[in-house]
Amino acid sequence: MSDERALLSVRGITVNFAGVKAADDVTLSINRGDFTAIIGANGSGKTTFLNICTGYVKPQAGAVYLEGREITALPPRNIARQGIARSFQIPQLFTDQTVRENLMLSIAAREGVFQGFTPLDRPEYRAEADELIALVGLQSVADTLTGTLPEGLRKLADVTLALALKPRLLLLDEPTSGVSALERFDIMNTLMNALRERETTALFVEHDMEVVRRYADRVLVWDTGSVIADGLPDTVFADERVIKSVLGAV
Amino acid sequence: MRPATLYLLLAGGVLAMAALPILLPWKQFVMTVAMAKGFAALGVALLLRAGMISIGHALFLALGAYAAAFMSRGAGITDLGLLILGSVAISTVCGALVGAYMVRYRAIFFAMLNLAVSMVVFSLLAKLYRVTGGTDGMRVPVPTIFGMEYDKSQFDAILYYVALVLIVAVGFLVHRYLKSPLGHALAAVHSNEVRLEYLGVSAWRVLLVAYTVSAALAGLGGVLTAVAVGHVLPEYAYWTESGHLVLTAVLGGIGGVAGPFLGSIFLEFVHSFAVGYADDAWNMINGIALLLVIFFLPQGLYGLIARRRAAKSVMERDEDK
Repeated sequence: MSDERALLSVRGITVNFAGVKAADDVTLSINRGDFTAIIGANGSGKTTFLNICTGYVKPQAGAVYLEGREITALPPRNIARQGIARSFQIPQLFTDQTVRENLMLSIAAREGVFQGFTPLDRPEYRAEADELIALVGLQSVADTLTGTLPEGLRKLADVTLALALKPRLLLLDEPTSGVSALERFDIMNTLMNALRERETTALFVEHDMEVVRRYADRVLVWDTGSVIADGLPDTVFADERVIKSVLGAV
Repeated sequence: MRPATLYLLLAGGVLAMAALPILLPWKQFVMTVAMAKGFAALGVALLLRAGMISIGHALFLALGAYAAAFMSRGAGITDLGLLILGSVAISTVCGALVGAYMVRYRAIFFAMLNLAVSMVVFSLLAKLYRVTGGTDGMRVPVPTIFGMEYDKSQFDAILYYVALVLIVAVGFLVHRYLKSPLGHALAAVHSNEVRLEYLGVSAWRVLLVAYTVSAALAGLGGVLTAVAVGHVLPEYAYWTESGHLVLTAVLGGIGGVAGPFLGSIFLEFVHSFAVGYADDAWNMINGIALLLVIFFLPQGLYGLIARRRAAKSVMERDEDK
């Protein structure tokens, strides 16, 4: 990998699902510190790309590198330990535990859960969890079981769970879907501040073009398994192919 | 309920159990066996926390019991402490080996594989007459304690308190395990295994630890049963025994370490009552007791004394509004 700035690189990745091209010989790099948006119509391969990066989907061809080290098709838990965390389109939480317990478990997972009889609820984990809770503004529900939270807060908790791993690369699958239009920018502002504070590189799949325009440093446009445009939001949104394939369909 | 009140109640329960041989001496023997089975039920309860039902854990109960029989008959080990340590060690190793394969499976597959393996062992214990004594089983002589020999009734009295002390000591350790990151990860396997893997945690390893611990607990229950009864039988590994352990765990509640012991002791009391008044209907009364608990106490008997977290959190949220 020649590019020094590249945190994540994929080379010639190909994935077919029963003849449908989810990734067609894709080669690209994600640079350190960038906040990159992935847009595209439904079924264009956005989530599959995240699934390849996290090891959930094994590509039929090609390779994935994190800082030059190959991580292709490692199990998700190994990739998570190497520093790639993800959030989910449908929040994936430990529903019978509180927000704070969820976060403390994530912190413990980062430090390794095999650590004898020391309780999970210990001062340093609690302090770190509370810091995260304050960072994303979940203070009022810190002791609520995550299974009983409304959708928007579950989404935020889901992202915070990934943040607690202190990842080098954070993959966000539609962080604002299912969130009301009013809350959308609040959540994004909070998230952006948290990411900047922690100098985390992030990649996010998004359907809301206004969110993309406001927050992304770079936009990757997907269409039937290929990246058809790649650049600054304003440049990409002016591209006719993008207008036809993505924006026209919105 | 506040933790302090809960601890007071638990301490009261232990004191009541300590006084039982004096107040109800004829109950001492059945209560020793109930406490022994409580350990095995606690093992089953650990796996239930991860949402995994084993209908084969009597296997490890039988392993612990037969290990004690073989050690005292074949190897000439008579000391109670050594018998307990040896039997637990054997069932722990077997648990780790069997578990490495079992915990790759979930739900009905996990339940059925455990059932299958335990029934294979049951058959072996029953068929290998020359080694295991077949369906006659094996006699377990009264163990010595630190080199001292006791007659059966003295030994039984001591064993009762050994079991009680072990409940407190082992219960405390298991409680700490459940509160540790590994214990929380165990519950997380149940609520969201996918997320756990994406946090970088191997569910397989988390479950293997739990399975091994559960086998050790069942083995401890086995050796205590063996020395209390003084005889081991292949039926210890039979599937109804495994089913009984699941029933005990569910009835007692899996929310806390005390639950399975509570369930085991409660069932023993129901049993003696049922036998006294309706000898033939024991299983029916058993079933009705379980139905009542499932309908009215979804968190088991332990749910009666422990705070109900789900209900509480919803109430708190409503207060916030």
